[in-house]
Amino acid sequence: MALDKDAVTNIARLARIRIDEAEMGALADELSNILGWIKELEEVDTSEAEPMTSVTEMDWRRRSDEVDDGEYPDRVLANAPEPSGKFYTVPKVVE
Amino acid sequence: MRSQLAKLGIAEGARGLAAGEFSSEELTEANLVAMEAARGLNAYVTETPDIAMERAHASDVRRAVGERLGPLDGIPIAVKDLFCTEGVLTTAGSYILDGFTPPYESTISDNLRAAGAVMLGKTNMDEFAMGSANITSHYGSVKNPWKLADGKDRVPGGSSGGSAVAVAAHMATGAIGSDTGGSIRQPASFCGIVGMKPTYGRCSRWGMVAFASSLDQAGPMTRSVEDAAIMLGAMAGHDPKDSTSADRPVPEFTAALSHNLQGLRVGIPAEYRIDGMEQEIDDLWERGANWLQEAGAETVRISLPLTKYALPTYYIVAPAEASSNLARYDGVRYGLRVEGEDLTGMYEATRGEGFGAEVRRRIMIGTYVLSTGYYDAYYVKAQKVRTLILQEFQAVFEDVDVLLTPTAPYPAFPIGEKMDDPIQMYINDIFTVPASLAGLPAISVPGGFSEEGLPLGLQLIAKPWDEDTLFRAAHVLESAAGFKSMPAIEGN
Repeated sequence: MALDKDAVTNIARLARIRIDEAEMGALADELSNILGWIKELEEVDTSEAEPMTSVTEMDWRRRSDEVDDGEYPDRVLANAPEPSGKFYTVPKVVE
Repeated sequence: MRSQLAKLGIAEGARGLAAGEFSSEELTEANLVAMEAARGLNAYVTETPDIAMERAHASDVRRAVGERLGPLDGIPIAVKDLFCTEGVLTTAGSYILDGFTPPYESTISDNLRAAGAVMLGKTNMDEFAMGSANITSHYGSVKNPWKLADGKDRVPGGSSGGSAVAVAAHMATGAIGSDTGGSIRQPASFCGIVGMKPTYGRCSRWGMVAFASSLDQAGPMTRSVEDAAIMLGAMAGHDPKDSTSADRPVPEFTAALSHNLQGLRVGIPAEYRIDGMEQEIDDLWERGANWLQEAGAETVRISLPLTKYALPTYYIVAPAEASSNLARYDGVRYGLRVEGEDLTGMYEATRGEGFGAEVRRRIMIGTYVLSTGYYDAYYVKAQKVRTLILQEFQAVFEDVDVLLTPTAPYPAFPIGEKMDDPIQMYINDIFTVPASLAGLPAISVPGGFSEEGLPLGLQLIAKPWDEDTLFRAAHVLESAAGFKSMPAIEGN
């Protein structure tokens, strides 16, 4: 599976990662190599197999639907890059 | 005498503390001195000497009034920088977590703290635990303390390379590591220490920076099997905050240690070989099988034909989960923010600058295999192969109790090698990934040396929840190997 620069640009956009134009070619080659290699899995007959959902048998956990934590906005916001009052901030999205 | 204290492991340290031969403050101080002297190895991202001495003092005060929290009370350990530590910088080796100081403590580090263990600092690691050589950290490469006459700096393995080096070079009595596809076992093999990945669900993942949630497990890295058993006992246990943590009792792991393997059936899987693998790895494997036989075990040649597909399966499943887990790093709530022309621009600039090359690569592979049109061909296919790999292990475990394999296909290599092609680096984990995909407990024990004189590990893999058998067989390997050598520590 060979990816070209346009395909890599699209993946980078979906992943929200800015990639320098200069790196695109090398990255396309690397990703193509990896995808080519993992394609080996086509050799395995999986017609009878269910996709894995959990490696160990587990019951679905339930807990009571109660608030048992919170009420400390200062701690929550302590690592925010540019908090304002009790809020996170982002660049303006609505004019 | 004081400088010798850093050589003590967990069990030895606990005995000395109990006998009043030295205090936790003296033991901790000796490890801090060693840490400072070996800074050149770059094992720690953050040193926490003040916290260490404060907790050591508290332990000594407890002991003075006849209280003891357990065998780890007063024992100094290192914590992989993947585990959130309250009030102490936690980076996961990434620039994108620049300055992140968690307001909470991970369950694993909290359990150890509650058991009286003393935190020495946070250890270096591959960025977001993605790597097998500890060369992808934002905080620089970690150096293996083992050196050869060629004078080259070798990799410690990864991703828990800093933890492995801290333990191997006597800068901690033990360390917390994490293992997604081999990140505890492979560096343990490269550095000549014991590294153990418990059954998936044995240790809580709460407060552990997520890489691939269906694979990530915390585990102990120590200088002896007994130490690993002690440490895992304090780490493991049910945690309501992690819905995948198992609600089952934690055995007294140290009780499993014995020298008698009568009745144990050990499987030797034919497929744990790769092209170009040196004879020395095969020889070590053979010796390991003999050691287990001498202790009364029976070895059985078995076959796990899907072994070769484990690595490609892993490189679909793990990046897919990573692309989802790492979506949280967006420059809004914590860590790095790089301004952009608009909201999307800020996300893209932050993530472009904040993630290193390997992390970007894996997020993009994960994004691709989960995207419309490719999801079935890659992701669903890999999850089906994963089921078959698990079933193959289950079938083999009908007949045998434990598997013996090499941990890694080669010893530590010089920094700078195997870097031209990402797949070349991925091969490091070829023998550790299968057990990860099946959620099985596995341990690496130092088995001997390569011809050149570098440590080599042997891996044991057991049934789910049967860490006891793992420790029992590992203890026999350890005793037979008599691996007592330690690297010449350089303070470079």
